[in-house]
Amino acid sequence: MAVYLDNNSTTALEPEVLDVMLPYLKDIHGNPSSVHRYGRLTRNAIEQARHQVANLAGAQPEQVIFTSGGTEANNLAILGALSNKVPAHLAVSSIEHASVIEPAKILINSGWKLDLIPVDAACNISAENIESVVSDDTCLISVMMANNETGVIQDIKHLNQHIQSEKVLFHSDASQVAGKLPVNFAEMKIDMMTLSSHKIYGPQGAGALIVNRSVELEPIIYGGGQERGLRNGTENIAAIVGFGAAAELAGQQIEDINKYLRTMRDALQSELANMPGITLFAAQSDRLPNTLQFAVDDFDGEALLMHLDKQGIAVSSGSACHSKAGIPSHVLLAMGVAPELAKNAIRISFGKHNRMDDVHVFLHALKEITLTQHQSMRVG
Amino acid sequence: MSNLKLPIYFDYSATTPVDERVAEEMIKCMTVEGNFGNPASRSHAFGWNSEEAVETARGHVAALINADPREIVWTSGATESDNLAIKGVAHFYQKNGKHIITCKTEHKAVLDTCRQLEREGYEVTYLDPEPNGLIDLNKLVAAMRDDTILVSIMHVNNEIGVIQDIAAIGELCRERKIIFHVDAAQSAGKTPIDLQTMKVDLMSFSAHKIYGPKGIGALYVRRKPRIRLEAQMHGGGHERGMRSGTLATHQIVGMGEAFRIAKQDMQEENERIMKLRNRLWDGFKDMEEVYLNGDFEHRIAGNLNVSFNFVEGESLIMALKDIAVSSGSACTSASLEPSYVLRALGRSDELAHSSLRFTIGRYTNEEEIDYTIDLVKNAVNKLRDLSPLWDMFKEGIDLNSVEWAAH
Amino acid sequence: MAYSEKVMDHYENPRNVGVLNKDDSNVGTGMVGAPACGDVMRLQIQVSDDGIIENAVFKTYGCGSAIASSSLVTEWMKGKTLDEARQIKNLDIAEELALPPVKVHCSVLAEDAISAAVEDYLKKQAG
Repeated sequence: MAVYLDNNSTTALEPEVLDVMLPYLKDIHGNPSSVHRYGRLTRNAIEQARHQVANLAGAQPEQVIFTSGGTEANNLAILGALSNKVPAHLAVSSIEHASVIEPAKILINSGWKLDLIPVDAACNISAENIESVVSDDTCLISVMMANNETGVIQDIKHLNQHIQSEKVLFHSDASQVAGKLPVNFAEMKIDMMTLSSHKIYGPQGAGALIVNRSVELEPIIYGGGQERGLRNGTENIAAIVGFGAAAELAGQQIEDINKYLRTMRDALQSELANMPGITLFAAQSDRLPNTLQFAVDDFDGEALLMHLDKQGIAVSSGSACHSKAGIPSHVLLAMGVAPELAKNAIRISFGKHNRMDDVHVFLHALKEITLTQHQSMRVG
Repeated sequence: MSNLKLPIYFDYSATTPVDERVAEEMIKCMTVEGNFGNPASRSHAFGWNSEEAVETARGHVAALINADPREIVWTSGATESDNLAIKGVAHFYQKNGKHIITCKTEHKAVLDTCRQLEREGYEVTYLDPEPNGLIDLNKLVAAMRDDTILVSIMHVNNEIGVIQDIAAIGELCRERKIIFHVDAAQSAGKTPIDLQTMKVDLMSFSAHKIYGPKGIGALYVRRKPRIRLEAQMHGGGHERGMRSGTLATHQIVGMGEAFRIAKQDMQEENERIMKLRNRLWDGFKDMEEVYLNGDFEHRIAGNLNVSFNFVEGESLIMALKDIAVSSGSACTSASLEPSYVLRALGRSDELAHSSLRFTIGRYTNEEEIDYTIDLVKNAVNKLRDLSPLWDMFKEGIDLNSVEWAAH
Repeated sequence: MAYSEKVMDHYENPRNVGVLNKDDSNVGTGMVGAPACGDVMRLQIQVSDDGIIENAVFKTYGCGSAIASSSLVTEWMKGKTLDEARQIKNLDIAEELALPPVKVHCSVLAEDAISAAVEDYLKKQAG
């Protein structure tokens, strides 16, 4: 029996959501740009999804731009907002997902100055941290709402209030928060926010950038005029419809899920806290209810993952997108964790399909693996 | 009048229904029991199974076009592929020159991208096609310069269905070491593509034009000689760094299956569709003042683009609510502008306004064709009875000699 | 494009389609628009000796709203005096047919056609 504990990487599509998508994968096939009836049917479906996603985000439907996913939304936020401006300065947090950090670095080629906003040892970003890098010519700040590895949540509203200047755009990647905690774009008064469908039991292939209409955005993909010309290309209707349905469902279930995830995570955490040779990361910080990152002394994270996988348990060492590189997590390094320890990191992320029994299965496997391996290492 | 399901779908170039076989493969990936993992997760079986499914699909796409699977980069669709190819080459090779050649009848994904590059300081030559929609190779050669870094020409035009001589253009580009990009969104599965013999460096594909799902496409990037690109979406390093972002496994699997079916059925399907298309044209061609747009011979089987002179396009579409057709490209039909493709062929505004694009596909049948011939003929006749221009034409008045009070 | 029921009705059953002899002294002809713009309206009126519009006919090349606008005005003009006919304003037409903003120009064209037909008739009478 497989145990999937990697829900921050991707979540299983909710069967209810699949049911809503199926007609759009099979029978309803119009191009939303076509004026005939087939086109209108799909156009209406997209607009309904726009409302559903806006509701989950605490935003207005007209602020929602559908993209192919969170990565594209982050790229659109950074590159789209800045590519037409005279190069100046931007700052992104040092713990951002690669899809924020990499486009920010690309801008250096065209003359932009980039600063990474530091975090403290508990993965928190303070207003002072931001002040330390912001200057008069700062045009954009990007701080993620919750980190995908440690799960630590930033107080975006507070951080944004602290930025006095009107001309600084504030973007926040909320991919990991939506569906787990309430998100309110309007209340935070930020300019742009990223959401991803497959992190909330929706399909892969859809995401959204929520954009305040006052932001002058340039597309990164040209042609066709879809999404007010900001995201061109025929819309991925089934995925967008699924994203909408998943958003609606997530909104309805948010309180129950939050509690449910927290119960499992806290149970695992208290067990781990009592085990010798285990380091929990950012465990005292305000975190997503489902996420727990830790390291086992003298046990390489990648090796541990492989052993767990043999027993049918899926976890991660952090962001899935890093796993090919084999380098320690940039998030842990930014927190000041020693590289040797960071290399041992394991991330557990629960989802609503997990059961309390999964915690026990995992703990049992972990104990067995670490015990056997330590023994064999001694023998060897 | 029996089993006709109305409105009859004649808009296969805008998008196609997903083939049932494709939908089945996709759904397998979308359940908790199936391959729902993130293919970039290297640490567990959920991720590996997805990766295997993705690689199988890559093989299917490569097989249809006789390419190496390692030359296929997944994207969110042909629009993104066009953007990635054109901007990617322009930015990477800008030290070699900043001149690009394309054609006025390209898709907006190519034209709008070129416009953006012009804003960035590149120079773009927009070739005029011949009146039949084909490019005169001599004019192309004449436009090539020492600082030309890229030629982008579509294989099959989305509005008029004409097939450009990609093989010949490829030779001309390769001789001059100019990179050649082809938008093949409308040609894959409809006309043979062999990238072992065709000297194409980059080729854009879409799944939803060949019975696959929307939201997925691919860019072919040649390995020998190696073509480099600057990525336009960053972070995560997916697709060898050329296109970051979590891949939608079910969509990739769907595209793979669609391409597999296309390779298997293309020849037979083309013959069937060609017969239907010719039957439709036979139904129209003897009417007065009917014009075929685009070359008839160098044309994919499924496309018929016709102008009915002295009839206004929108009112014609209104009379044809039992069929789903397009008057020009789907992407521009929300505006009242006449088709820019037909204008580029030198068609008058009136003829451009009165054009209908019929695109025929896998699920079109003979009964639908016959019904449509009657429907269109009746509508055209009715609207011509209403048309003062038709009266004037019948009286022998040259409409170009009339001084119209423009408003 | 969603059309109102009234537009659909006029489009499917246009009233007073036809041609009058433009050389007759009691016939006024107005032709407005241009093929390149996508609409041309020809409106003709036949006026009785006491200045009443006895008959009105049209032919229109254009979208459904253009056809409906011209069909509607032929109905409205019949039985009116020339002055009364000239009181028909584009907003009345747009309102009656519930034309969306992008189609309001069709009603403007219909108003222009009325003026042109009336002027053509008056010019003939003066000449």
